[in-house]
Amino acid sequence: MIPVYTRPKSLTNVVTHYCPGCPHGIAHRLVAETIDELGIQGKTVGVASVGCSVFAYNYFDVDFQQAAHGRAPAVATGIKRVTPDSIVFTYQGDGDLASIGMAEIVHAAVRGENITVVFINNAIYGMTGGQMAPTTLVGQKTTTSPFGRDPKTQGYPVKVSELLATVKGAHYVARFSLHNPANIQRAKQGIKKAFQNQIEGKGFSLVELLSTCSTNWGMTPQNALKWLEENMLPEYPLGEFKTGEGE
Amino acid sequence: MEKRVVFNEDHCKSCELCVGICPKKIIKLRTELNRQGYHPAFVSDEDQDKCISCALCARMCPDAVIEVRRPQ
Amino acid sequence: MSESMLMKGNEALAEAAIRAGCRFYFGYPITPQNEISEYMARRIGEHGGVFVQAESEVSSINMVYGAAGAGGRVLISSSSPGISLMQEAISYIAGAELPCVIVNMSRGGPGLGGIQPSQSDYFQSTKGGGHGDYRIIVFAPATIQEGCDLMATAFDVADKYRNPVMILGDGMIGQMMEPVVFPEVVDVAGLPAKPWATTGNEGRKANLINSIYLDPEELDTHNWKLEEKYRKVRENEVRYEIVHGDDAEWFFVAYGTVARICMSVIQRLRKDGVKVGLVRPISLWPFPDEAFEKVVGQAKGFLTVEMSTGQMVEDVRLAVNGRKPVYFYGRTGGAVPTPRSVERRLRDVIEGRVPSQSDYFDRVGGGKS
Repeated sequence: MIPVYTRPKSLTNVVTHYCPGCPHGIAHRLVAETIDELGIQGKTVGVASVGCSVFAYNYFDVDFQQAAHGRAPAVATGIKRVTPDSIVFTYQGDGDLASIGMAEIVHAAVRGENITVVFINNAIYGMTGGQMAPTTLVGQKTTTSPFGRDPKTQGYPVKVSELLATVKGAHYVARFSLHNPANIQRAKQGIKKAFQNQIEGKGFSLVELLSTCSTNWGMTPQNALKWLEENMLPEYPLGEFKTGEGE
Repeated sequence: MEKRVVFNEDHCKSCELCVGICPKKIIKLRTELNRQGYHPAFVSDEDQDKCISCALCARMCPDAVIEVRRPQ
Repeated sequence: MSESMLMKGNEALAEAAIRAGCRFYFGYPITPQNEISEYMARRIGEHGGVFVQAESEVSSINMVYGAAGAGGRVLISSSSPGISLMQEAISYIAGAELPCVIVNMSRGGPGLGGIQPSQSDYFQSTKGGGHGDYRIIVFAPATIQEGCDLMATAFDVADKYRNPVMILGDGMIGQMMEPVVFPEVVDVAGLPAKPWATTGNEGRKANLINSIYLDPEELDTHNWKLEEKYRKVRENEVRYEIVHGDDAEWFFVAYGTVARICMSVIQRLRKDGVKVGLVRPISLWPFPDEAFEKVVGQAKGFLTVEMSTGQMVEDVRLAVNGRKPVYFYGRTGGAVPTPRSVERRLRDVIEGRVPSQSDYFDRVGGGKS
């Protein structure tokens, strides 16, 4: 027998604290596969954010720093400036990156920081119990939009990838989805490109990954993936919004 | 017989994403509980030869529970 | 280089930091400390260092967290409102036990306040401006020369204890010019290694820079470990100056700019035969209690003078502990106490015209002087 699929060695061999079916685990695995394939485990430094992925450092066998809520891109900037040969990535959710950390992510892109950002968008605050996020869809019910997000008072979902694609300093900005194996495979290629860019010194790369929160959405994991496909994809179109070509 | 698909059952959380994605519908949940209190996914010995080693289950698994192999 | 140079306080501190081996500076513009950033922007690159102007103080101090965690010798500077914005990350830096040096060229508050010199950040600096049980080490220079000497010390102390060290100045220290002789240039290659830094886990176990401990027992243990460290700091890092400790009967207590004003008052009063001296805390935390032990026996009383409504005076009272009267005089918001007003206040104290000394109502200050 020859192996078709094995556990990446950059993942630690522990049970994660994530809920059953949470795509954080998928995204972690894709990042770990990328680290393995690029042979950069010994020089990768991760930055964990605040949210469900606060303990990401337990799951990657690489050096890690745990950042304050929203500040991961600033922390990553500090690391990268001191150790430019390290491969530095942040792993942030939508509450962390698109709400409290909006200034930090935009300005990391503006500076063209040579870092990689893995951005998980599941349209809700997971860790704190299902509150409305800036990415929550119009009409989506959360604990703080119990009647559905009302654009009149709560505005519209923020589209991080489209926003950052307008920033000249950003080299690579792309959105993928984790709702089925084909899309997971594409996401993997995007993540790999985002790390490869950093190795080649091309500058700021961000990969947005559409994800689910079956616990706070109140669905089974399988139904949550279906809900993502039917509701999030129309609002958050997939694709590479900026690839650095022609600059 | 060597297995094509192997589950690290103690890490499984019975989310059933593998169950739903398997084109051969051979992944099932055990009635027994694992150490975390979940019914782990598995493929029975008799169903192992129905596996086509597509690894969709492994790509879908959020807990890196599944390893897939194929014959030489 | 050992010759004397005439330099502005802010620029001298920046140069002193570079000579102390600082190679990473993060900042955000705010008056009255911009010359530090500007000097770094011009000069740190000559030494292979990095200058980053962040989008906010919040971001700049989190860059410090990342840079310090990666093993860099890191400086950040700001002034009062900016330091307020940094408090969250300073708590994280202390919790994660990272070394860095923070300069606060403080100005009058609260709120946007003003841009003139002030000492109203004493509480914030010494009592933990952010959340949680932590301490930062605070040095308060009274001259530009002392600031430069303390800068070198600050980096070493920060590294030794893996803890933030603050240089607390004020707009006057930052803006005035004085002659300064810089200390020896530090050989960066010879600095102690930081095996805990996140430099990649090639050939070793992964390192983690972190301040989260969800298990109460673990957090309790962590906090007491920090406290044990702070106990060592209290033992080893107290710095102060006593002037006329041999014969003084009355003591001014003042730090930074105000200590200089008190010194000129002392010179004048001594000509009149008034036996007055000075206790000048240099380390505001740890507070130099032992200085008071040395003079409390001979002292008839203490007059604490601050550019605040009375902050350090609380620590003075704790140190004196009711054994002798402690009086206060303060100006705020950029109004600097004049030597004349300080002298008048001490004469009032000596001649018994200031009745109460142990409650909050004797915090006399303000008004024209």
